[in-house]
Amino acid sequence: MEIRNLLTISANVRKNIVKMLNISGSGHPGGSLSAVELLVTLYFKYMNFNPKSAFDPDRDYFILSKGHSCPVLYSILAELGCFSISELYTFRKIGSRLQGHPSKNERIPGIEVSTGSLGYGLSIGIGIAIGIKQAKKRNRVYVLMGDGEQQEGSVWEGVMAASHYKLDNLCAIIDDNGMQIDGATKDIMNIEPLADKYKAFGWNVISIDGHNIGDIDKSYSQFIKGYKKPTVIIAKTVKGKGVSFMENLAIWHGKVPSSEELKKALKEIDKNLKQKLRNYND
Amino acid sequence: MIEIFGKKATRFGFGDAIVELGKTNSKIFVLGADTACSVMLNNFSEMFPDRFVNVGIAETNLIGIASGLAIFGFVPFISTYGIFLAGRAWEQIRTTVCYSNLNVKLCGSHAGLMVGPDGATHQALEEISIMRCIPRMKVICPCDYIETKKAIIASAYFEGPVYVRFGRENIPILTNEDSFFKIGKANILKDGNDVAVMACGTMVYESLLAAEILEKKGIKARIINVHTIKPIDEKVIIKAAIDCGVVVTVEEHQIYGGLGSAIAEVLVKNYPVPIEIVGINDKFGESGDPMSLLSKFGLKYTNIVNAVFKVLKRKKKYTKRIF
Repeated sequence: MEIRNLLTISANVRKNIVKMLNISGSGHPGGSLSAVELLVTLYFKYMNFNPKSAFDPDRDYFILSKGHSCPVLYSILAELGCFSISELYTFRKIGSRLQGHPSKNERIPGIEVSTGSLGYGLSIGIGIAIGIKQAKKRNRVYVLMGDGEQQEGSVWEGVMAASHYKLDNLCAIIDDNGMQIDGATKDIMNIEPLADKYKAFGWNVISIDGHNIGDIDKSYSQFIKGYKKPTVIIAKTVKGKGVSFMENLAIWHGKVPSSEELKKALKEIDKNLKQKLRNYND
Repeated sequence: MIEIFGKKATRFGFGDAIVELGKTNSKIFVLGADTACSVMLNNFSEMFPDRFVNVGIAETNLIGIASGLAIFGFVPFISTYGIFLAGRAWEQIRTTVCYSNLNVKLCGSHAGLMVGPDGATHQALEEISIMRCIPRMKVICPCDYIETKKAIIASAYFEGPVYVRFGRENIPILTNEDSFFKIGKANILKDGNDVAVMACGTMVYESLLAAEILEKKGIKARIINVHTIKPIDEKVIIKAAIDCGVVVTVEEHQIYGGLGSAIAEVLVKNYPVPIEIVGINDKFGESGDPMSLLSKFGLKYTNIVNAVFKVLKRKKKYTKRIF
């Protein structure tokens, strides 16, 4: 898939996110918007995932460890055709399959496990990766974590185990937007130097700009080449990316746009896309 | 006399069952957390090294990895000391395993006071309660080596999360290969209509001993092995309450939230009768040899006999009040 297509899909996904959050009246825009390019590139270019046979044993697995960012995942799954775009607007409403944090109960194609309590996803991905190796198969496993989530001790139990079991079929992605609910990650509980930590634990570490699709593309293709060890992509991102009034403000972790703000956001996303496509053509 | 077939620890039942499962079912995966030798994972790990993972001392990771294996289609059996498994990783068990309804089998070893000299830190006395309250979880506490084997094998073919509780010490073998075992079905080991004694795990044997003493005093006790605490066999429990009019429950576990609570919940809704709950009375355990600990904490057959006398006295008062 071409980069310009990924840019267009990213813009659509962003628009879906702000729309669904405006309608739901609650949810997490900041950490959803920061992961858009990372996940759009993954789903539309790299992952072996067919929405029509979402439980195919040969599929690649994706675990959203930062479950609160499910608007971005739901939005991508809707773009892929796992369910209708209109279902996005049931998000967080009573009776909806699209729970406030992903629920496997709802049997939504693409939701492998329930997540939402932080620090669990990496271990789950490791289990799948070990299973794949035991079955001598070639599926890959991707786990998206947040930077604040790195404060959970269980993450490091997983980091140690993935390296011990040489899980080269496992790719962790860290949406490093530098923010958590109570403020900047570096002020609340500093996690740096993160790349050095993962290196010291024996991982293949790739540090990138998490909004640059070219960079993201390269890092996934590097992972696929294989390193005999697990890969982590530490992606510097901007919380609330693409909606200027939300960018880099911790307050937008769990606050939703009003209808007035939604209008502004949609306009801005369209304008940014045009600009990017123009730059890309030049 | 109670017929027993030697003595063996229930943890051996677990160890033997997973080997048997490993031979017949290629989907069985076993995971340990550095306690593999104590919880009897070694035979399995030697025979099926490619289906065994030791995560080291990391219980939360243990649950996560098992969950991933279940998502991929394996049937993971994980085992370590019950309190570390159920206690340390409780939220992972709740949110990852149960909320996602994953086919993970949690095998808590070294349950109860009888862990002995290791003392309170290692004596799991609360896990029935904290496992039972999670939606979708099933809880089994078998009474001997053979029943543990059966419980483990049955749980492999019982879709969804299951917690099986067993222990470290050698205890009498009461059942045999032909004894009936089905998850969710309580077994009546001895009939009687004067009092129903409902027990699980190590306390089933003590209850049978109590029944012998009671019999000498002219009291016929119905002894029921309630090995499955969830889903609990309401039918057998209610029938026993109707027939006997009084109930004593016995468990090597805190009196709050365990077998006694589960039975009280059933009876209070369906057929309230006086109940005495024998268990650990809201205390931490301590170091000591297993049998002395059972005596000190009131879990011997003599304590069960006393509980029966007490509940029978209450029955008289209760009957007077009603009529």
